[in-house]
Amino acid sequence: MNTSKNIKKIIIKKPLKLDCGKTIDNYPLAYETYGKLNKEKNNAILVFHALSGDQFVAGINPVTNKNGWWSYAVGPDKAIDTNKFFVICANVIGGCLGSYGPSSIDAKTNKIVGTNFPVITINDMINAQYNLLEFFEIDKLYSVLGGSMGGMQVLQFVANFPNKTKTAIPIACTASHSAQNIALNELGRQAIMADKNWNNGNYLNTKSSPKNGLAVARMAAHITYLSKKSLEDKFGRKLQERDGLKFSFDADFQIESYLRYQGNAFVDRFDANTYLYITRAMDYFDLAKQYNGNLSNAFKNSKTKFFVISFTSDWLYPTLENKEIVIALNAAGADVGFIEINSDKGHDSFLLDVPDFLSSVKNFLEANY
Amino acid sequence: MKKEFQIIAGLIENKSRVLDVGCGDGTLMKYLKEKKSVDTRGLEISKNNVRDCTSKGLSVIEGNAEKDLHQFPNLSFDYVVLSQTLQAFYNPEKVMDELLRVANKAIVTIPNFGHWKVRIHLLLKGTMPVTKTLPNEWYDTPNLHMCTIKDFFNFCYNKKIELYKSIALNGEKISTINSGNINIKNFSSELGIFLIKK
Repeated sequence: MNTSKNIKKIIIKKPLKLDCGKTIDNYPLAYETYGKLNKEKNNAILVFHALSGDQFVAGINPVTNKNGWWSYAVGPDKAIDTNKFFVICANVIGGCLGSYGPSSIDAKTNKIVGTNFPVITINDMINAQYNLLEFFEIDKLYSVLGGSMGGMQVLQFVANFPNKTKTAIPIACTASHSAQNIALNELGRQAIMADKNWNNGNYLNTKSSPKNGLAVARMAAHITYLSKKSLEDKFGRKLQERDGLKFSFDADFQIESYLRYQGNAFVDRFDANTYLYITRAMDYFDLAKQYNGNLSNAFKNSKTKFFVISFTSDWLYPTLENKEIVIALNAAGADVGFIEINSDKGHDSFLLDVPDFLSSVKNFLEANY
Repeated sequence: MKKEFQIIAGLIENKSRVLDVGCGDGTLMKYLKEKKSVDTRGLEISKNNVRDCTSKGLSVIEGNAEKDLHQFPNLSFDYVVLSQTLQAFYNPEKVMDELLRVANKAIVTIPNFGHWKVRIHLLLKGTMPVTKTLPNEWYDTPNLHMCTIKDFFNFCYNKKIELYKSIALNGEKISTINSGNINIKNFSSELGIFLIKK
């Protein structure tokens, strides 16, 4: 979507056979790094972003000019201390901030790839990002971590490359997308596809893109990231800059105005087709199924030390689903710790200033380094 | 480290796999890991304690022994440790079964309700005993199933659980418990430490 020169990329020549059967090669993978790789090359941490994230984890995102999506957690002296660790994050394939995705230009036709982009999976995303280890000549990462879809990528990474990371922190995630998760994603996709500007994915530029559909998808998703209590505390029934109800369909309530703002802000930085592809990849994620229905087989050969984290008020990827990962790890005899953090901020807790969460991550990373 | 933990550590072989149920702040686990190269895991109900353990580099799962022991496969540990917690469960019998399922051997310690100070307290004062090892009042105690070390001794006998080692602790004084001296030890000991196997 944005071809800013601030985006670092590697071109991956090695062919990648995707789960759908197609093969891609010579494709770009955009990334960003923070901190310094030490001489021993044993301080590298690969962070995976969630659905709406990108490679700009910390500092100022040069494309949006806003703080990176994990600024609370990543930076000098923070939970993931960039004075100590070398943090790498890539834009997933299918993304829209420099990596190969539906908004890429097809070199042969000079047109936007659109829905000619193959349907990808979390497994494909991980196999593409694994090339970063070769690029930086890192034999073994110190840690892989991420929340939500980032957590799913953590699980897939260890399953695919059991001894390529010393530690792993899957946060607020699941090993298998539930019917409720799929239903919510389908709601978002239908909102996009119902927008006449979507035009079967063949919108030529951002001006004619399905903005309304994407905004509705984002609004619906945003509700799932918050808890009932956080909505109640932040908005309640407060009215938006008015003394009484207007008896119209304007945004009378602050929550309506907030959601409209969130929806509109999102369409300026995100590609609607990317939203379709990435939510699909999440829906297809079922790590147990990849291992003959037994999740613990995914971790059978791993010496990686795990620390699983969930949040009390997260109803999108609730504690119970995170605990299933812990159970599978224990069944495989893996090294695993687990904590459920008290927070009323819902699924979004992992992105926010939740001190118990941030200190837990910091303590784990530093005690095992 | 307190005497109880020193005795427990002495019962555990080097380089074994140990699950510490109710591991608290991880003092025992850290000792076992550092001094005896033990591969340790902990199960702990308090979030603060889990965070403490994490900052010591220990792998601890937040959970409750009554609900969360089922996730560990049969005999996945050489030893499971349960320190002064058995009396706090709704169903201690079920927890005992689970402990002896997940590990080859269990080390269980029992704060002794048969200790003479406890008996005298109840006899003379007529109120629920409050002592050094039983510091809570009746209304705020986590202990639901208090027992004496003789009760536990008999429990193991009836359940056909083998008692490998039975140790009595009174202050800093250590002695061995056997079927011949159980009545005396049940009177004189504050704590019983048992290494058992099903």
